[in-house]
Amino acid sequence: MEELIKAKEPFKFCTRLHLSELTGLRATTLGQFLALIKQVSGSCIYHHTHRFLQQHQYLSPEPPNDFAYWVTDILGEDELGERLVSIDTIQYSTIRDLREKIASTIESYLKDSPLAKLKFARSGEEFHFIKSVSFILPTNYIAYDLKEFADVLKKITIDSIYFHIFEARLRLEKPTNDFAFWIENSLGDKKLANNISSFDPYTSTLEDLRNKIIQIVERKIVN
Amino acid sequence: MAKIEEYIPLVGQAVIDDLRLLGERLKGKVIQHINSTPVGGGVAEILNRMVPLLRELEVDAKWDVIKGGEQFFEVTKKFHNALHGRTEEITKRDFEVFMETSQQNIESIDTYGDIVFIHDPQPIALIKKKAANKWLWRCHIDVSNPNERVWGFLMDFIVQYDSAVFSAPAFSRKLAIRQFLIPPSIDPLSDKNKELSQEIIDSVLKKYDIKKDKPIITQVSRFDRLKDPIGVIEAYLQVKKYIDCQLVLAGGTAEDDPEGFKVLEEVKEKAKKDPDIHILLLPQNDIDVNALQRASDVIVQKSLKEGFGLTVAEALWKAKPVVASNVGGIPLQIKHKYSGLLCHSVEGASFAIKQLLSSPAYAKKLGENGREHIKNNFLITRHLRDYMLLFLSLYHPEDIVHL
Repeated sequence: MEELIKAKEPFKFCTRLHLSELTGLRATTLGQFLALIKQVSGSCIYHHTHRFLQQHQYLSPEPPNDFAYWVTDILGEDELGERLVSIDTIQYSTIRDLREKIASTIESYLKDSPLAKLKFARSGEEFHFIKSVSFILPTNYIAYDLKEFADVLKKITIDSIYFHIFEARLRLEKPTNDFAFWIENSLGDKKLANNISSFDPYTSTLEDLRNKIIQIVERKIVN
Repeated sequence: MAKIEEYIPLVGQAVIDDLRLLGERLKGKVIQHINSTPVGGGVAEILNRMVPLLRELEVDAKWDVIKGGEQFFEVTKKFHNALHGRTEEITKRDFEVFMETSQQNIESIDTYGDIVFIHDPQPIALIKKKAANKWLWRCHIDVSNPNERVWGFLMDFIVQYDSAVFSAPAFSRKLAIRQFLIPPSIDPLSDKNKELSQEIIDSVLKKYDIKKDKPIITQVSRFDRLKDPIGVIEAYLQVKKYIDCQLVLAGGTAEDDPEGFKVLEEVKEKAKKDPDIHILLLPQNDIDVNALQRASDVIVQKSLKEGFGLTVAEALWKAKPVVASNVGGIPLQIKHKYSGLLCHSVEGASFAIKQLLSSPAYAKKLGENGREHIKNNFLITRHLRDYMLLFLSLYHPEDIVHL
């Protein structure tokens, strides 16, 4: 086994904890839903497209977002639900772009199926818009090489993994996830970095994601 | 009472490490909780657990209680019912009584906290003492359909707070201040939720003369029309046509509640011809409730209206398949067909119970998913974390906070 490369700058693991802030905004019909999706803050769009990942870790890959769940289960618009579920979130590098895609998907559906505008949610089943407030804290865990990196990955919270994979990229608008960025820039291993940035994290549970990354890194250490 | 370290085997070391990190960020801040009673009721129960745990996390948490006479608490009880949407006659004098006692508390209570955390409407008027410190108002009540006169009266106080906290999204309104969603939680180490040996479970079943020879369906709730015990019996009778089973309705006694007493009589009347219906009066017997839930095959919560419905979280924590109404905070705890089954009617409840009794593997999966969901979102450790983030949010108005 070759000696592991030591990074000059260690990877500093952060964690991200969140608080849900209520907006008091609610939608009963698809028309109201669309209007509010266009109007609410990016933190709201982020909350409803990512909440499931953290709150329902055992369920992923479905249902991945609140919008699709409400449209399908409450309004009974299965086709629109399917279109919203299939939005390939990893393709979008900003919340702005993601919001536009969600809004245009609903708009085009309403054009094709105008009767869907007449549907409404029963009392108590309205869609409530909530936003995510993120608190980012450095943890005490750091790694200088791949062995230390894999060891820390085994014990940090899934909130930390979530932060470095999802939030750093989409909400903080970084070009790739933090893990891949550090491996490429501090360890100089572009191939391994590509391996880690190339899979779609939205189709795994966070625990599966943790195991997948550990596996890729450990395979690299052995070879 | 359990120490913070004792939660590590349940939630993991890293979760407790995160709580300690947050505790460090709150060093030097005094958090002063104020409510209306030191014992009895859900709020006191939560604070009795929360305050010592916050202190263990090195957060300087204090707890003070307002004073009030019988008349004051009669008025606040009326307010409570009116906020829940019940018809109550509220007079001008009621508002005066509320303000008179509030004024006495304003004069006598020292609001020394860096953060003053007011629970529920009783102490709400203390906000008049707001100085340079931060003030939070925590609403533990379902205010999705409140009496507008009472709500309007409270609103004059609410808007003076820095932030408000609600338990479910449906309870929120458009407000001029920040409002946060913090659902309540269960304590996995309390008598109501801790692991029990099979011997204890069996001894409780024996005590109430319940045999294990047929599946057990259980609803744990006080005997109140809003919990729909009659509807539960009707659903059970429909199931019973196809599957031989038994029903346990367990709830608190109704001594101080004439309406509850009437409901209990109606339930007994409805159940009297069926020896497989067990009506149990359990005054604050948490171990027995725990054992009954653990002995059940399906747990039902067929409420017509619900605040949060923590009995659902208790059942799911025990990995039990649950059939519950889609009301109040229940849909936050159950995602239909993923972590339990939601229903809207007697027929729906009966169909769901039949499904679960006929498909044990499906029922088991829902129960396991439910336990995971509660573990991640409704344990007291999550509640502690949310409260600490809430305190920090008072000093950070932005959506992405780097601590």
